[in-house]
Amino acid sequence: MSLPSKNSFWRRYRRNRGAVFGLVVLLLVALLVAFGPLLASHDPWDMVEQPFLQPGQTAGFALGTDTMGRDILSGIVMGARISLLIGVVSTVVSLLIGVTIGALAGYFGRWVDATLMRFTELFQAIPSFALAIVLVAIFEPSVKSIVVAISLVSWPPVARLVRGEFLTLRQRDFVAAAQLAGQSTPRIILTQILPNAASPIVVMASLMVATAILLESSLSFLGLGDPNQMSWGYMVGAARTVLRQAWWMAVFPGVAILLTVLALNLVGEGLNDGLNARLDGRT
Amino acid sequence: MLTRVAQGLLALMLIATVNFLLIRAAPGDPVSVMAGEAGASDAQYVAQLRREFGLDKPLSTQLGTYLGRVAKLDLGYSYRQQQPVLKLIAERLPATLLLTGSAFALSLLFGVVLGAMASKRVGSWLDSAITVVALVFYAMPLYWLAMMAVLVFTVQLDWLPGFGFFTVGSDATGLARAWDIAQHLVMPSLTLALFYMAVYARMTRASMLEVAQMDFVKTARAKGVRPGRIQRSHILRNALLPVVTLAGIQAGGMIGGAVLTETVFAWPGIGRLMFDALLQRDYNLLLGCFLVTAAVAVLFNLLTDLVYTLVDPRIELG
Amino acid sequence: MNAVLKPFDDTESMSQVLAQTAEPVLDVRGLDIRLPAGGDRLLAVQGASFTLLPGQTLCVVGESGSGKSMIANAIMGLLPRPLVEPVAGQILFDGTDLLQLNESQLRRLRGQRMGMVFQEPMTALNPVMRIGEQLEEVFDAHMRLGAAEKRQRILAALVDVGLPEPERLIDSYPFRLSGGQRQRVMIACAMLLEPSLLIADEPTTALDVTTQAQILKLMRDLQRRRGMAMLFITHDFGVVSEIADHVVVMQTGQVVEAGPAQEVLRRPQHPYTRKLIAAIPNGAPRVAQAEPDPVHVLQVQDLCKTYVSGGSLFKRGREVVAADHVSFELRRGQTLGLVGESGSGKSTVGRCIVGLAPFESGRILFRGRNLMSGAALRQQAKGKIQMVFQDPYASLNPRHRIGPTLAAGPIAQGVPKAQAMARALELLQLVGLGPEAADRFPHEFSGGQRQRIGIARALAMEPELLVADEPVSALDVSVQAQVLKLFAEVRERFQLAMVFITHDLRVAGEMCDHIAVMQRGQVVEYGPTAEVLARPQHPYTRTLIDAIPRLAAQPEDAP
Repeated sequence: MSLPSKNSFWRRYRRNRGAVFGLVVLLLVALLVAFGPLLASHDPWDMVEQPFLQPGQTAGFALGTDTMGRDILSGIVMGARISLLIGVVSTVVSLLIGVTIGALAGYFGRWVDATLMRFTELFQAIPSFALAIVLVAIFEPSVKSIVVAISLVSWPPVARLVRGEFLTLRQRDFVAAAQLAGQSTPRIILTQILPNAASPIVVMASLMVATAILLESSLSFLGLGDPNQMSWGYMVGAARTVLRQAWWMAVFPGVAILLTVLALNLVGEGLNDGLNARLDGRT
Repeated sequence: MLTRVAQGLLALMLIATVNFLLIRAAPGDPVSVMAGEAGASDAQYVAQLRREFGLDKPLSTQLGTYLGRVAKLDLGYSYRQQQPVLKLIAERLPATLLLTGSAFALSLLFGVVLGAMASKRVGSWLDSAITVVALVFYAMPLYWLAMMAVLVFTVQLDWLPGFGFFTVGSDATGLARAWDIAQHLVMPSLTLALFYMAVYARMTRASMLEVAQMDFVKTARAKGVRPGRIQRSHILRNALLPVVTLAGIQAGGMIGGAVLTETVFAWPGIGRLMFDALLQRDYNLLLGCFLVTAAVAVLFNLLTDLVYTLVDPRIELG
Repeated sequence: MNAVLKPFDDTESMSQVLAQTAEPVLDVRGLDIRLPAGGDRLLAVQGASFTLLPGQTLCVVGESGSGKSMIANAIMGLLPRPLVEPVAGQILFDGTDLLQLNESQLRRLRGQRMGMVFQEPMTALNPVMRIGEQLEEVFDAHMRLGAAEKRQRILAALVDVGLPEPERLIDSYPFRLSGGQRQRVMIACAMLLEPSLLIADEPTTALDVTTQAQILKLMRDLQRRRGMAMLFITHDFGVVSEIADHVVVMQTGQVVEAGPAQEVLRRPQHPYTRKLIAAIPNGAPRVAQAEPDPVHVLQVQDLCKTYVSGGSLFKRGREVVAADHVSFELRRGQTLGLVGESGSGKSTVGRCIVGLAPFESGRILFRGRNLMSGAALRQQAKGKIQMVFQDPYASLNPRHRIGPTLAAGPIAQGVPKAQAMARALELLQLVGLGPEAADRFPHEFSGGQRQRIGIARALAMEPELLVADEPVSALDVSVQAQVLKLFAEVRERFQLAMVFITHDLRVAGEMCDHIAVMQRGQVVEYGPTAEVLARPQHPYTRTLIDAIPRLAAQPEDAP
């Protein structure tokens, strides 16, 4: 039997039914993103029908239309792309920042750790959503500014996690052995320690994508989304003042967000189960 | 304790500096940023600002001036609303504190209780139900939940008021007024609480399951201690420690979440003020709100640290 | 040495008297305990049977995985059911079958009629509850007592177990106590209501040798005074020799030998028992080398190192002197033992020598050359000073295969990959593992095998000086002997100079030419092994020697 091979990983993952459900949903969303333009019969910005069309009322407009006669279904399909794009990209950037800071703090310890952690704590003390709002507002909403804003507020938890892992792993004798072998510090960090810290980072990454999507949708809801992109949050925001007349404008995009975020959380838990093999062989 | 307070003040100073830098870094003339969209068209006002802020002086002097003003609680002026920023915020702050305070208490209380219940009956239908519900609420956008609540309870069922702080036009006083406010508080507070309730429930459940495996619990069992006491004095008391830490961290998030809740429910708090400032491109007001929000969050962190030192005897004060 | 003569006869006669008149306190008959599916065997314990009479001590001896702890947990009803469950047999406690009782009935017995003390004192007490409260709840669980009376009895109990300042202790939290003190508190909790049976699951394994001796003495005294029966789980035959009336030897879940302690120790019948007893290092000093090599491989002069802990950006932390003017020297082919308890500084000195820890003052000379401190030392030594680590589960990177792990060192020194891998295979063979091991991961190997791999890794660098930091402390006794044998072979073959760090004087005696005894950072005694063991000068050395759980009798049939 060798290390967490793909087989044992999948076996453990499959045991978590929620995680399997989450994976299925994510695959569907991914398909939607890939083949969206083919499915969506209309450009979401086109005013193609009467406003306030109820869902199921007219053929071709399964989810109804909004205040300006735009097709809700098309909006949801297109919204998937922007949500996932922003979610994934900002998570990657966050990880780059957080892993670097956390690794340096955890490996070198003492004053490096103290300084970096003070910095991280200061950052964490600022309410992240408020900071994101301010950042996007001042730098004009666009996909770029949103990604930067989300990345900047999301990296502290990663840094803390990675720091914690590195602090523990740093003490392990195999690191000392690598030092005695004459391996260089960057090599030790990348080849000895990081592979052992990978599992919790991967789990956290999936949760971070979920948080990023929630953040992006909240920003769009407040009107801070990219004006050229039809995002789910924007759709819900547009429904706020006409809730009495057109409940479907708010419900469907919200359900889309809910399902995607839920799926990501479930997959994160599945990954946690799957990756948690007892690597030390202790029973 | 003193070091913590000092750290808090340092954090605030840094946030103010961040504010300062943001104004400078924004595209366009910093003065027009500060004047806001409305004020920028008023040439006289712009000139006045230019003089006041000494924009011809070096950056460090400007920073010093700015920090000095902040220390004196001078957060600038909102041209659009024709009021000092501080006054606007001071008017709205109590409403937000009421909302977030009640939501915090509710979420913590119910979250811990539900999490503890779930951990005691792992694998039962109750545990599964609580876990699933927690997962769903954890994945729900806050503003959407708020809107759904309004849709169901106000629009459809007409059980609870969905907007505002109190019924407009009523001149009830004393207890009747308090009752009126309470009715208006229910939905915003609950919706804000539900998300965080999910967070605390999951954390409590996980923490209790983890603590239940620890050696000292086995020792307690070996002493013949009754199961009820083991749950309370051994497991819960230790499991709550990480929850307290988490609460401190989440509190900052809750204050941010107030923006969304207040917007949907038209609750007259800082969050709503921020939203208005966004719409009106009134950056001075926006940054002022941000600073105060951050200050409240920092204060809250300090309080949680204090509570933690009281709860965990291993950690010393200061 | 007067250490050999233990006051054994007292306990023996008293227990004999009690045994003639009383019913057994504990009577285990044919106990089977099932493990969950997928374990390495179906039954953790199979057909275990033994009897314990009042006033007697029964030791259950075995290595890890023998099932001995399972029995203890089964008696108290603390098995993680339904995963691990007793499936056959009876446990008769004063005539009642414990396996037939429900949880509520068992709870009433626990702490009152039977008490248990566990292995790991550092995690056995609730960290956020005061000591007094943790003792009080034993009373509260079983009876109603007034606060004043509870306090009085708690104070008395704390004095009974030899704890100082009981008034202050009652209000203290566990983190203020040392391991030995916490163990005493646990014993106090277990004995508070004067149970007729005390179960002790390796209570001294996690403690220092001197503390272990104290705790054993305490338990012996308490048992004699209260006349209770004691079931003592251990892996150490020396402990058996000190306190047991009867002994039961277990191997992979089965009882392989049982009988009066003296009998089993003197005339072990079963081959496994003989193997266990033979594996105990007997402290017979190494035969001195004929002609010491003139080359001084290592010279340590006035080495000083201080640790600062708990500091922050603004505050200086606590200082601990880990090494205080330590001096010794080592020639090629010789072995020096650094012996001490935890906190003595021996590991620190080891880490300074190999360059894993910087030191403040003093000199380390390698082959006459003065070495810098820390990372610079490693560079200067060019990999010729190597280390074998203590924890076999933490010394190999779980994500790397063995082959690359062994080759990593030479490769980092510039050796071509193919050559390094070939050498790795050679070394694996040398330490007794086949070439297929190179493709496996660490978790596929046992603790003893991993230590061998650790030795192979150190040898891959062709070192001249090898520092072994407690390399066998985490291993079972029988495996220990094998690994020590490997060390001896390797040392002989490569004419290595070795610094052997250990807390076990018996091991030091077997492996080392010279011994340096360390206490609180200082070398308190230093000399040839035979001298130090036979004629110790320093009182601490004498305490250490006395504290060793000694076989009061030597087995008659030497293997």
